[in-house]
Amino acid sequence: MEEFGFKISKSTRIDLDSACQSLYNQIASKVPDIRTCINCGSCSASCTAATFRRTSFRGAILHINRGFDKKAVEFLKSCMLCGKCFLVCPRGIDTRNIILEIIRSEEG
Amino acid sequence: MNKNVLVLGAGVAGLQAALSLKELGYRVTILEKSSSAGGHLKDWDKLYPGNISSSGLIDNLISALDGTDILYNTTVTRSEKSDNGFITEISSGEKIDSGAIVIASGFSLFDARIKEEYGYGIYRRVITNADLEALFRSKEIHKMEMPAKVGFVHCVGSRDEKVCNRHCSKICCMTAVKQACEIKEIWPHADVYCFYMDLRMFGRGYEDLYYEAQSKFGVNFIRGRVSEAGEDKDGKVVVKAEDTLTSRPLKITLDLLVLMSGMVRNTDNKTISDVFGIPTGEDGFFFQPSPLINPTSSDSSGIYFAGSATGPKTVAESINEARAAALAVHKFLSKD
Ligand code: SF4
Ligand code: SF4
Ligand code: SF4
Repeated sequence: MEEFGFKISKSTRIDLDSACQSLYNQIASKVPDIRTCINCGSCSASCTAATFRRTSFRGAILHINRGFDKKAVEFLKSCMLCGKCFLVCPRGIDTRNIILEIIRSEEG
Repeated sequence: MNKNVLVLGAGVAGLQAALSLKELGYRVTILEKSSSAGGHLKDWDKLYPGNISSSGLIDNLISALDGTDILYNTTVTRSEKSDNGFITEISSGEKIDSGAIVIASGFSLFDARIKEEYGYGIYRRVITNADLEALFRSKEIHKMEMPAKVGFVHCVGSRDEKVCNRHCSKICCMTAVKQACEIKEIWPHADVYCFYMDLRMFGRGYEDLYYEAQSKFGVNFIRGRVSEAGEDKDGKVVVKAEDTLTSRPLKITLDLLVLMSGMVRNTDNKTISDVFGIPTGEDGFFFQPSPLINPTSSDSSGIYFAGSATGPKTVAESINEARAAALAVHKFLSKD
């Protein structure tokens, strides 16, 4: 049956009091570089996959930091591990190993 | 030639200008409106870069100035040009004859109570950068219970047309990051958040400090201006901002909120401007006719500037400018 009437929308607000940063911290313990991102966007701008599919290394690690792990995985679904983001990152962040950690987290 | 020079202000710029003038053979009188020398630096703990003791820097200047008159609790009331320079009347009624004048009146720290939405003076757990520095300096901070979450709000009273300050105060990004690292040094398990609009880490080594704050101390940087702070039933501070990088509103409950009060025009600039007939800009800092080439010159001959009387400056810049002002005075007075 068609639903009608009012319903309560889920808040899209980031609540840092309850956000779970365990994946972020877990990755940071293995690849500490993740903490040094300055959100410049070079990685996503040069991403080979981003022209066709929504792909963003920057978006992925930012969302993990804010506790949206699922969203982060979405940002990397089309990643081909070409390594261009690693080449351009001005902070020299080891993007490859971070991407692998994120993908593994989803599998595990 | 008149070998007397009058310096207004006994902050770092005024003291350094006086010292450089003294070394060049001038007799200097310093006027200070408060009851002690050192300006804002006497309340600060450590300076970046180099972790220099702020009060130590002032003490060194004062001891090097031994024999120089510093008139405390004194302001200027009138000044006239004379054949030999200036005759300036001070609040005690005394008249001071000088060949040149150096204005080193510095800045005022923005009164954070004006930004009522941040709750300074209303909520117990909201303090300013100056308050935090005083806690570091008195070591009182070590007696405090560890705050689980600490937030820093950048640009309080700066870059804000609502409080009539369009300018960037220049040093508070660096100060916030420095203080965030210091908090993490004291309490490595506290979570620290900096709420910024742009991070202006412009000086040599500042970007390294930013990098260290991220990599070594794990300070969190959130791009978004805090829109309001409130108090919850436990007395903690609830802060709202937009996380502009994810385009979502954000909320966090903090145990301590530090407001980075900016540098604004000295409240006495208006009086000084009237007494000496030198204009201020729209922002209330003194007008520099030639800010790029002769930053220490005013548009009145014989009157020079040093330090943040002409806009926000770092300590190093103030010291250099004070030396430059002393040389400009020397050049001016050697003409006769
Ligand atoms: S490695 Fe992945 S995220 Fe990085 S540029 Fe290549 S496709 Fe994009
Ligand atoms: S290029 Fe590097 S610093 Fe820039 S957003 Fe990507 S990961 Fe962050
Ligand atoms: S230095 Fe940073 S905190 Fe201070 S006013 Fe400028 S941008 Fe804001």
